[in-house]
Amino acid sequence: MSATPDRSPASAQSNPKGEGSPMNTPRSPLLPLPWMLHLTVLAIALAYPFVFPSSFMLNFGVLALFYAFIGQSWNISGGFAGQLSFGHVAFFGAGAYAATIAQMRFGISPWLGLPIAAMAGALVGGIIGVLSFRAGLKGSYFALITLAFAEVLRIVSNSVTITGGGLGMLIPMKPGAANLQFVERSGFYFLILVLVAISIALAEWLRRSKFGAQLAAIRENEDAAKALGINVFREKVKVMLLSGAIGGVGGCFFAQYFLYIDPLIAFGVDKSVEMLLVSMIGGAGTVYGPMVGALLLALVSDGTRALTQIQGLSLVLYGALLVIIIAYLPNGLIDLFARIKARFSRGRH
Amino acid sequence: MDSTIIASAAINGLLLGGIYTLVACGLTLIYGVLHIINFAHGSMLMLAMFGVYYLLTLLGIDPYLSMFIMVPAMFLFGYLLYKGLIGRLASGKDENILLVTLGLSILIENLALMFFKGDSRTILVSYSDRMVELGPTLVAMPKLISFAVAMVLCALLGLFMQRTDTGRAIRAVAKERVGARLVGIDVDRIFAISYGIGLATLGAAACLMMPIFYVSPSVGHVFVLVAFTVVVLGGMGSFLGAVVGGLIIGLTESFGGLYLGESLGQIGISVIFILILLFRPSGLFGARQ
Amino acid sequence: MLKVRGLTKIFGGLRAVDDASLEVAQGSIVALIGPNGAGKTTLFSCIAGFQPVNAGRVELLGQDITGMPVHRIARMGMVRTFQITQPFARLSVHENIAVGAYQRYSHRAEAWEHARAVAEQVGMAHQLEQPASALTVAGRKRLELARTLATGPRLLLLDEVMAGLNPSEILEIIGIIQKIRASGVTVLLIEHVMHAVMSLSEHIYVLSYGKIIAQGAPREIVSNTAVIEAYLGRGAAQVLAPQQEASHA
Repeated sequence: MSATPDRSPASAQSNPKGEGSPMNTPRSPLLPLPWMLHLTVLAIALAYPFVFPSSFMLNFGVLALFYAFIGQSWNISGGFAGQLSFGHVAFFGAGAYAATIAQMRFGISPWLGLPIAAMAGALVGGIIGVLSFRAGLKGSYFALITLAFAEVLRIVSNSVTITGGGLGMLIPMKPGAANLQFVERSGFYFLILVLVAISIALAEWLRRSKFGAQLAAIRENEDAAKALGINVFREKVKVMLLSGAIGGVGGCFFAQYFLYIDPLIAFGVDKSVEMLLVSMIGGAGTVYGPMVGALLLALVSDGTRALTQIQGLSLVLYGALLVIIIAYLPNGLIDLFARIKARFSRGRH
Repeated sequence: MDSTIIASAAINGLLLGGIYTLVACGLTLIYGVLHIINFAHGSMLMLAMFGVYYLLTLLGIDPYLSMFIMVPAMFLFGYLLYKGLIGRLASGKDENILLVTLGLSILIENLALMFFKGDSRTILVSYSDRMVELGPTLVAMPKLISFAVAMVLCALLGLFMQRTDTGRAIRAVAKERVGARLVGIDVDRIFAISYGIGLATLGAAACLMMPIFYVSPSVGHVFVLVAFTVVVLGGMGSFLGAVVGGLIIGLTESFGGLYLGESLGQIGISVIFILILLFRPSGLFGARQ
Repeated sequence: MLKVRGLTKIFGGLRAVDDASLEVAQGSIVALIGPNGAGKTTLFSCIAGFQPVNAGRVELLGQDITGMPVHRIARMGMVRTFQITQPFARLSVHENIAVGAYQRYSHRAEAWEHARAVAEQVGMAHQLEQPASALTVAGRKRLELARTLATGPRLLLLDEVMAGLNPSEILEIIGIIQKIRASGVTVLLIEHVMHAVMSLSEHIYVLSYGKIIAQGAPREIVSNTAVIEAYLGRGAAQVLAPQQEASHA
């Protein structure tokens, strides 16, 4: 990153090619992140299962990455496009059930469950998006209606036979890559790592693309976006399709990893909350926010479980953290890191 | 279907609806005055219900009588909570406060999980099983008492809003914040009082709910959606709407269970919520936007 | 370029805009003036599609755009600024303008470069990295102008783009607007800063209580009785008339 000589030292060192550091300005959401950052994270993630091959640590890794993945689903529509959703579990559950039903009731290969789940999630996202945005729902009203949609899906899945009703669905344990069940847990780890990498690439693409710029505009000010020629309705629906697809794939992965889903797991409020929490706490609208948030959630969760037997402690901490973040650090922890880094680099001059 | 079964469902629905009305009054007051969508409403009700539960099991206080403790306690809790936390964050985007109240609800729910564990609790009082004849059907006495008290409380709340100085001040602030400040109303105090009253209604509702329902840390989720549906159906900020909406939702739940079965029956409320938001977001009596 | 015929907008019982008609010729600068509350911004909103009209017709480049969705009108080449600025607060100046630029260029590099060029055009080149929320009022007005300019418009609707600016800033904006017109863009502006209106516009429409009460070249408007009375009250024209004659003598 070369600093162009005629820029004042106080401003960011971004050059016209756009390879700037997003850390110096409080928030430059449309500048791409440096490659080194991506490669470093990837390297660490790849090395992890070899450094920590125990079952416990691998499970930790899988869950952390899993939450990073589904968190990114929320982040794309909630963080990048500013459409807060309280019912994101709807996409997760749609994908989980679609993939599981395809496998169990129709004998379709579990690997095909991934694209099937993506389509199911996208479909639900599209329907919710079209209905809600047609009606002009925004902000809190949109958040609440997504909650209601998820609840409807929960009740329906609890009542119909194809989903197994309240009993849920069990996937028989048949370890083997062909069944999307891996003999070694590290198999799951690498699968979710690939998925996360794709989601990161997607988020990074959003930062650099016209679509992402338009979403940012919509997030900041819909009227102004419209006045500049952006078809706000269409772009919002598109982002719901994308976000839904990712959520759906997450559901498929979850089903294959735990081999059991039921209406509460698939459509219960808990996942919605977790998807929202990891993104908001990590940093909504940033590429790595969900990952930071997911790591923290996994650490706090495992940490509290290791130290005490108290149920619910980790979420108490998380709920408190959400309140604190909204109040004092609305851009999430990533913003905190950015400010600390900025203070250090200013100190060096 | 037998007409007595239908009548029974209708009556039970209305009785339950009366309590929903009370819960919704608090929520709609908070929204009308502070423009806050209090997502923590459900978990606060759960907290209050645990309060009623322990007042009975530890101190032997009858749930209806514990209202004299719960209502002021919840009012104080709400007042302090507003002053200490919510008031500081109330400026800024709508969604921020929604997220803060979401965070609060997560916090409260999991604190309850930590301290009270996950099992459901119910209470038994001497009159729990007494039945009263009401038209063609028999009704559990606590349900009748709860409904009656709820309606009385709603009426009292309405009188308070209409006849007292504080009530008038609250209505003034709800209508026109800046103007209210200009005529000398301490708007911040009114905000805190309103939030306090909103939670106080939950204290009362908890006393009315415990004899006829159960409590567990996760019961807040159920109440949140019901409360929001009532408020949205009736119209945000409208008391009349809360009353009418509460009764309608009570009936919906009752008939939903009757015709669709226990599992699918719950869908009525969510569907109503969705339909209202999509087609008539101002609700029955709310201000047209 | 733009033809508005008999546009009426009613809010409840109030006729905010009453049977207004105006025309903006291609390549010209036309001003819409009038006392506060006359309905100028409402008229803009109706023209640009932000408000549905109760009666009347808006034609852009010969095409009827009445009731068309805002973004489609914008893509046809008519973009507006807002009286109360609407920046994308958490984006930088460069990113703000780029959003406009993306309407012309789909590729990031081109949009970015075009945004930078537009920023230079309005004199914001040194502020590219600043978050929009950190700008002064003048900066935000300029940003609003730059953003709409970046879309490559045919017709710019500027709503009080000079409000809140000091005299030197106003002078700068006048120059910028003249350059914009020179590059082929038609301008319709709402303005209160009279000397700017007089020096910039070829044709002026005066709106009072929702009605167009006068139109013409700046010199005609200045001495128009109805206009004077709209601003200064009834009878003011008569009071001023002898003084004007005296100064012309």
